[in-house]
Amino acid sequence: MVYGRSSQRQRPVEPVTLKILVAGGFGVGKTTMVGAVSEIRPLRTEEMLSEAGRPVDDVDGVEGKTTTTVAMDFGRITLREDLVLYVFGTPGQDRFWFLWDELAQGALGAVVLADTRRLADSFAAVDYFERRAIPFTVAVNCFEGAGRFPAETVRAALDLDPEVPLVMCDARERESVKEVLVTVVEHAMTRAALQRAHATT
Amino acid sequence: MSDAGQDPQHWFDGEAGPVVRPYAMTRGRTSSATRHRLDLIAIVVPEPAADDPARDQTLSPEHVEIVERCLASPQSIAELAASLDLPVGVVRVLVGDLVESEIVHVTRPVPPAELPDVNILREVINGLRAL
Repeated sequence: MVYGRSSQRQRPVEPVTLKILVAGGFGVGKTTMVGAVSEIRPLRTEEMLSEAGRPVDDVDGVEGKTTTTVAMDFGRITLREDLVLYVFGTPGQDRFWFLWDELAQGALGAVVLADTRRLADSFAAVDYFERRAIPFTVAVNCFEGAGRFPAETVRAALDLDPEVPLVMCDARERESVKEVLVTVVEHAMTRAALQRAHATT
Repeated sequence: MSDAGQDPQHWFDGEAGPVVRPYAMTRGRTSSATRHRLDLIAIVVPEPAADDPARDQTLSPEHVEIVERCLASPQSIAELAASLDLPVGVVRVLVGDLVESEIVHVTRPVPPAELPDVNILREVINGLRAL
């Protein structure tokens, strides 16, 4: 079988890849946020769990189901031919923390997407990134109908460290999400500069 | 290879589940022999020798599929898993085989303990603003 592929193919460019995570409670708009900036329709990867999820999964009525799948949605932004940024939405359920560890490894930074109506849903993510010293930014998704609160009120409610950026956003709007990601990277840069300064003194 | 033969699972509805259990493709292995755990954003790049993977009798159809896709344009582990509709763990094992056979290599993302280069971060910011 002959394939119509050129034999004079150029060596493919090997891009530098980076990732940013989008965390937050269930239904806060993580996949919407990923989709707003991704150049591809958000893709979904699944990891099959057979044993790990069993003790806590309520399988009444679906006894035949022996595996659980955890989905992670992600998008891609090709910044240059040799520089690609992946944005991963983290699985919403807390019991999949072990997948967060894998996602968080080598991450440039993270967004904690928050809904002012359910701020408590963000605590786990804030806590996770604080403990692992991963630079993160809190982005308040301004849902229609949700009360608007001053940034300082949200900051106090989440007990954020003063250096953690907090921004208001609309997870559906590309420009808004772009600004959130820029804030994450700027924060990561500041942190990197601080750590380097510490390392040299 | 005809079009009809491309997707043997096509006849079944989602409820029926996959015809071949995913880890059968890895012959039951859940981890690969490669020393490094392959990151989700590690890019799979075919070696120049991998021009026609379909002729390599030692490769499974899934191996060939991965190489073919990456020949078109190098892809990350996560993208391969999504586009092949396979669990990430399965793709890791299959790519691990290809690395061992020196048919592909994978790029190494920034190690966790290392900070990304400030110049790269600056380029990311500029790139995002220019989108």
